[in-house]
Amino acid sequence: MRMPEPDAAVLARRGDIIEQLRAIVPGEGVIVDEDELRAYECDGLTAYRQLPMVVVLPETTEQISRVLRYCHETGVKIVPRGAGTSLSGGALPVADAITLGLGKFKRILEIDYENRSAVVQPGVTNLAITEAVEHQGFYYAPDPSSQIACTIGGNVAENSGGVHSLKYGLTTNNVLGVEVVLMTGEVLRLGGKHLDSGGYDLLGVITGSEGLLGVITEVTVRILQKPETARAFLIGFPSNESAGDCVAAIIAAGIIPAGVEMMDKPAIHAVEDFVHAGYPRDVEALLIVELDGPEAEVADLIARVQAIAEETGAVTIRISQSEDERLVFWAGRKAAFPAVGRISPDYYCMDGTIPRRALATVLKRMAAMSSHYSLRVANVFHAGDGNLHPLVLYDANEPGELERAEAFGADILKLCVEVGGVLTGEHGVGVEKRDLMGVMFTEDDLKHQQRLKCAFDPDGLLNPGKVYPTLHRCAELGRLHVSGGQTRFPDLPRF
Amino acid sequence: MTETLRPETPEQLREAVAWATSADTPLEVAAAGTKRVFGRPCQTSHRLDLSGLAGVTDYEPAELVMGVGAATPLAEIEAALAANNQQLAFEPPDFGPLLGAAAGAGTIGGAIACNLAGPRRVKAGAARDHIIGFHAVSGRGEDFKSGGRVVKNVTGFDLSKLMAGSFGTLAVMADVNLKVMPAPERTRTVLVYGAEDGAAVKALAQALGSAFDVSGAAHLPAEVAAGSGVDYVAGAGRPVTAVRIEGTGASVEYRCQAIRENLAEFGDTEELHSSNSVTLWSEVAGAAYFTAEAETQVWRVSATPGAGPRLAAEVRAETGGRAYYDWGGGLVWLALPPRPDAAHEVVRGALAAAGGGHATLLRAAESVRAAFPVFEPQGEALKALSARIKDAFDPKRVLNPGRMYAGV
Ligand SMILES: Cc1cc2nc3c(=O)[nH]c(=O)nc-3n(C[C@H](O)[C@H](O)[C@H](O)COP(=O)(O)OP(=O)(O)OC[C@H]3O[C@@H](n4cnc5c(N)ncnc54)[C@H](O)[C@@H]3O)c2cc1C
Repeated sequence: MRMPEPDAAVLARRGDIIEQLRAIVPGEGVIVDEDELRAYECDGLTAYRQLPMVVVLPETTEQISRVLRYCHETGVKIVPRGAGTSLSGGALPVADAITLGLGKFKRILEIDYENRSAVVQPGVTNLAITEAVEHQGFYYAPDPSSQIACTIGGNVAENSGGVHSLKYGLTTNNVLGVEVVLMTGEVLRLGGKHLDSGGYDLLGVITGSEGLLGVITEVTVRILQKPETARAFLIGFPSNESAGDCVAAIIAAGIIPAGVEMMDKPAIHAVEDFVHAGYPRDVEALLIVELDGPEAEVADLIARVQAIAEETGAVTIRISQSEDERLVFWAGRKAAFPAVGRISPDYYCMDGTIPRRALATVLKRMAAMSSHYSLRVANVFHAGDGNLHPLVLYDANEPGELERAEAFGADILKLCVEVGGVLTGEHGVGVEKRDLMGVMFTEDDLKHQQRLKCAFDPDGLLNPGKVYPTLHRCAELGRLHVSGGQTRFPDLPRF
Repeated sequence: MTETLRPETPEQLREAVAWATSADTPLEVAAAGTKRVFGRPCQTSHRLDLSGLAGVTDYEPAELVMGVGAATPLAEIEAALAANNQQLAFEPPDFGPLLGAAAGAGTIGGAIACNLAGPRRVKAGAARDHIIGFHAVSGRGEDFKSGGRVVKNVTGFDLSKLMAGSFGTLAVMADVNLKVMPAPERTRTVLVYGAEDGAAVKALAQALGSAFDVSGAAHLPAEVAAGSGVDYVAGAGRPVTAVRIEGTGASVEYRCQAIRENLAEFGDTEELHSSNSVTLWSEVAGAAYFTAEAETQVWRVSATPGAGPRLAAEVRAETGGRAYYDWGGGLVWLALPPRPDAAHEVVRGALAAAGGGHATLLRAAESVRAAFPVFEPQGEALKALSARIKDAFDPKRVLNPGRMYAGV
C-alpha cells in the first residue's frame, strides 16, 4: 500500500507548524513527543502504521476552524480522527500531516424528546447517546459492534451500520443535521431538527465521506422509542444454502426482522468455545433472527418465522424465553471477532456486500479460495442485508502470510463485485480498499466523485491518500473535454 | 422556438447532453413535466424529454430492489410493486393536481430530483433514503454511476444523495436502483377530534415518541378538515388530528387501541379503516385541500416539529390564509392569499424565529417565482460551495440553469 510521498519541505517546517498550532490550541492540546504520538500511529486496521507529524486536540469549533484555515493557507495536510476504530485505515496518519483528534468533543449538548432528537459533539461515543436517553425509553438506532468505543463523528464519516440496520437504517438515515468545518475554515450548518432541507443534500454527501470533505464538529441525531419487546431465534441449518433460503423466504414473506445475522461453522465453533452461548456445534450455518415490536406482533411473527425455518430445512430452532436468554444469544455474535482472535494469531476482517441470493455461491467460492491460499476463513455476516464479514485467519509472524491474507481478501471483494455487490458495506474504503476502487468504478465514475472532493478541498489536504487510488489534480479534473463539436446527432429523436 | 430532444437510450442521452455542452445550449430537463412549475423558471431554448427512458428493468422482490428507467411513471412502479405486496416506503406524493398538471402522471426521476416524501417520511425517510444507485450523464456530457444494487454500501462518495433534490441541475439520471419494502398488511388511522394546533402537535409528538411505530402524523384545523373527501374528517366540524398505524393485523389492532388510550386526553377519538385511511393520507401528501383555490400561493415549510404551530400562527396573523401540518408538525403547509412578494419575508422570518428549517414556495405565478427565492436562501459559504459543485458537474450551466438558485 503506497501512501503519497511525504513533502520534505513540510517536514522541515515541523517546528514552525507546532508553534502555530500551539498559538491556536493552548496547553496540552498539541502532542509532539514520539512516545505520545505512538498512541495515534494506527486505527483498527493495525497492519498499517505511521507516526503522525504532530497531533492536535482542539476543544472548540473555533479552534478547528483556525487550524484548518492555517493548513489551507500554508499547504499542510490534515487527518481527522475519532476513536480510531476504523477497520479500513481511514484514520491512518500520514507522515507529513497533522492528525486532528476529536477526543475532547465529548459533550451531549441537548436532548429534545419532544422533537425526538439529540444534539451531540462528534467525540461522543455511539453508545453514550443511547445511555443518555434510555431512562426515557429512547435509543439511537444504528449500533455498530464497536459502539462502546467508536464516536458519532466517526460513524457519520463512515456511514456506519449495525445489526439493526436492516429495519432501522444506517447512520445516514438517522442523522438530521451536522455542523461541519470546511478546509477554508468556513463553518456550515447542514440540516437541524427538521427533516428535509432543500439545496444540494450536502448532509447526505458528508455522511460516508471518510473525512475527505470536512471536519464534523456537531451532530444532530434522531432518537426513537425502544420497542416494547424483542425476542431472538437461534436457527441451525445443515447447509449454507438452506440458511440463505430461509433468509430470502422471510423477506419474501414481507417480514423485516430487527436483525438477521448468520455464522458459518468455523465461526460458530470459535464463538462457542469462547463464550458458551449454547450454539449448536453440529450445524453448518446458524441464524440469529430478532423480532421486535409489541407483544402481539412479535408472537405473530415468531409463528411465521418458525414455519419458514421448518420449511427451509432448519435442524435446530430455539426462541429466547427471557431478556437474559436473548442477550446470551447475541453475546456469541457480538464476541465473534475476539473469539476468532483466540484461534488465530491474527485475522483480517473483510466487509463486502452481495445480493442475498448469491450467498451460497459466494461461500462456496470462498471455500475454494481458502484452500488455494492455505488460509482458514470464518464467516459472520449481516445476512439480512447481504453484508459479509469474512475473517481471514493468518499469522503475521509467518513470512508472506499477511500478503497472502490480503490477496485472499482482495479476491473475496472482487467476487462480491462480480456477483452484483460492492466492495464495502460499512467499514469504508480508507487505504485498505483504495486500490480496488477500479474493480467497481470506471475512470469517469471516479472522476465525478473526485470532482466533488475538489469542490470541498481543491488542494487535496484533507485525509490524503484515502479512498481514491489516483488523485488527479483538480485543475485537470475541471477541464472540459468537449466531444462531438457542434455536430447534431442524426439518430436522436427531436421534435 | 423550443426544440425538444427525446433520447431513447442512455447513449442517445449522453449524445444529447454532450451536444448541449458543446453548443452552449441550456436544456430544460423533464420527464412527464408534472412539476415544470416547481422551482425557479429557467431560461432554456431546448427541452430534454426523458420519457423515452422508462420501464421496470430489473425487479427482484426477494432482494428488495428494483431497477427502473429514470422516467418510469410512478404508477407503473407502484403497480409492479403492489403485485408483490411491496411499496416505495417514502410514499412519493402526487403534486400534479396542486400544480395544475394531471393526477397520477409523475415519474420516479421527478420524485427523486425533487427529493419528495409523503407522510411516511417520519418513519421511512425521503426519496434520498431509497435511491441506492444510478447511471447518469453529467453536464460535462459524460456517463457515470454511483452506488449499486445493494442497500448497505459505503464504497466511495454517496452521489445518490447528491442527485436526490438537485432538480436536474447536476446530471441527468438514465436509470435508478430503488430500495423497496414490504407493503403493510393492514392500515388504520386514529383520529382525535377538537384539538387546537398547539395541543394537536403535542399529541402527535406523544404518538411519534411512543413505541407504537407511527407511520403518519398530521393535523388538519377545522376549516381544512372540512375539505376532506373522508366523511369522518369532513363532517367533524372540528379540527382533526390523525395518526396512522400500519403492520400486521393483530399488531395494528393493539397499537390503535393503545394510541387511542394514549391520546384520549386530547379529545374524542375515532378510527379509520383501510380505504378511508388511503384517501386521507393521499390528500395530506398532495395538499389536496389547496388544489381548488388555484390562486393561492402554497408554501411547504420543513421546520422543527414542535415549532410548527407557532410558525403558522405568526404567518397567518400577517397574511391570513390556511395551514395544516404533516410530519408531526414538522411539515407546515400554507395556502396564502396571493401577494406580489409571496410574503416570503414573513414566512422566512417566522421560520427563522422558530429555529430555522427550509421554506419552499411550491405554487406561485411564474413572475413571482422568478423574482423571489423559491428555496431557502443560502449563506455565503454554502452558496459558494453549491456553485463549486455545480461547476464540477455542469460547468457550462446547461442543465436546468437557475432552477434552484440563480447561477446554479
Ligand atoms: C471490533 C470492531 C467492530 C466494528 N464493528 C462495526 C460495525 O458493526 N459496523 C460498522 O459500520 N463499523 C464497525 N467497525 C468500524 C468502526 O468502528 C466504524 O467505522 C466507526 O464509525 C469508526 O468510528 P471512530 O470514531 O473510531 O472513527 P475513526 O476510526 O477515528 O475514523 C474513521 C474515519 O472517520 C474520519 N473521521 C472521524 N471523525 C471525524 C470527524 N469528526 N469529522 C470528519 N471525519 C472524521 C476519519 O478521518 C476516518 O476516515 C468496527 C470496528 C471494530 C474495531
